[in-house]
Amino acid sequence: MVKADKGRVAEVAIASVSKQFRGGALALHNISMQVEQGEFVSLLGPSGCGKSTLLRLVSGLTQPTSGQITANGMMPASARALMSFIFQDATLLPWRTVEQNVGLGLELEHTAKSIRKEKVAKMLELVGLTHVATRFPRQLSGGMKMRVSIARALVSRPRILLLDEPFAALDEMSRDRMNEELLRLYREHCWTVLFVTHSVAEAVFLSKRIVILAAHPGRIAHTVPVELPWPRTAELRLTPAYEQEVSRISRLLRGVQAMQAEAMEGGAA
Amino acid sequence: MKRQLWFALKSLAVFVCLLTLWHFAVIALHVPKYILPGPWPVAEAVKDRFPDLASSLLLTTEAAAMGLAGSVIVGVAVALLFAQWRALRQLLFPYTILLQTVPIVAIAPLIIMWAGSGIYSVALIAFIICLAPIIANTTQGLIGVEENLLNLFLMHNATRMQVLFKLRLPNALPNLFVGIRISSGIAVVGAIVGELFAGSSRVGVGGLGYAITYAHSQLETDYLFALVFAATVLGFAFFFIGMFLEWYFLHNWHESNRSEIPD
Repeated sequence: MVKADKGRVAEVAIASVSKQFRGGALALHNISMQVEQGEFVSLLGPSGCGKSTLLRLVSGLTQPTSGQITANGMMPASARALMSFIFQDATLLPWRTVEQNVGLGLELEHTAKSIRKEKVAKMLELVGLTHVATRFPRQLSGGMKMRVSIARALVSRPRILLLDEPFAALDEMSRDRMNEELLRLYREHCWTVLFVTHSVAEAVFLSKRIVILAAHPGRIAHTVPVELPWPRTAELRLTPAYEQEVSRISRLLRGVQAMQAEAMEGGAA
Repeated sequence: MKRQLWFALKSLAVFVCLLTLWHFAVIALHVPKYILPGPWPVAEAVKDRFPDLASSLLLTTEAAAMGLAGSVIVGVAVALLFAQWRALRQLLFPYTILLQTVPIVAIAPLIIMWAGSGIYSVALIAFIICLAPIIANTTQGLIGVEENLLNLFLMHNATRMQVLFKLRLPNALPNLFVGIRISSGIAVVGAIVGELFAGSSRVGVGGLGYAITYAHSQLETDYLFALVFAATVLGFAFFFIGMFLEWYFLHNWHESNRSEIPD
């Protein structure tokens, strides 16, 4: 609504989208939302709410059963050059070194070798991986692997970044550090971000807006702007305002889950 | 390294003990030489008939190597086709199992009858026996790609060929080497079985399989033992070369070779 007032075209527009799986299960029901250019939006919800499915729909990896999605005004499958997807596990190719992994996308798009090399080197420096450029993934820690994955996603200079619980497998300390790093990069590049997570703290720390989904079928329960100042740094986590936001969002999420439990009990009775 | 050396020494000690036991058992039990020669007569047979032994060994090595190499080339090609066309895979994959279960000893005479008794027929028999493990393992590696890696390639609008050669094929390398390891041992068995039926392809000694039947008919049991020994060493050498290639191509990145890399 705010975006419409300003007369801006939404970078990602999802209009009445439903997704039914082949088995018949309704994963998403009538989802409508817009993401403004440069906005950081988190999708938060219990498991089974279809948040990852929504992300895959935006990327064009799967097609909606009904409704329409556009990214930068195009069909998702045509807009892939503008998008990067960061998966839950780092999904690196184990037979390639760090720099070869980061350069994969450019290689697939037939970028000239000299340009590729330069871009990869620059990106590795940006995420602090220059010293492991020639190592293989199995020689890296979980956090480092994730950083390689991020570097690989950023090297093609995406406008839209899609992240599917990227830090779920990391311990809390590395997760916090990766969050801070992601925000640092976000400040510099200002992508449009859709970030799937089940961690309230992470969503609050990162997002301008949080979309809370309910499950069975997946639908939007709340859309909540995060009332915290920018730029956000590690110190923010120690402020009362941050804790207030976390507990506010947690309450909303718990409300959604309680409602769901009730509905299920009602259905059983 | 030190531990490996110690391990090798212990294995060698067991070998020497067995030889000694064999030596004295033959003497103590008065076993005739044509039934079971002791280790010395066998060693002498190796020494006296070394040129014959070496040319038999060479012939069998050639046939087995040709069969194995052919099975790798054809096997990988078939696996690539199987990975690209699901319908083809479902239709033909069961027959690769048939290829493995058919008793090679039973069809070897047929193949010799159809294809003649030269080294190529022998190689063909080695090829047939090697093919199934290569196809089965490589196919498994080609189609068993993690879903998100495929999604990653799709996000970059990768072509079918890019997916095949930059994702599926490297992903299948460890499986291919498992197949090669299995096949390298049976390639030698296949070649020898072939030679049992093929007879001498050249005027003279023939391969190990032929030489074994001939030595048997002449009751040259000491030379027969020498030939069996050579066949065993050959099988081991094939296996070892397969292992070495596996290590060479995979030790940098593959998890199963983790222990070999210092941090």
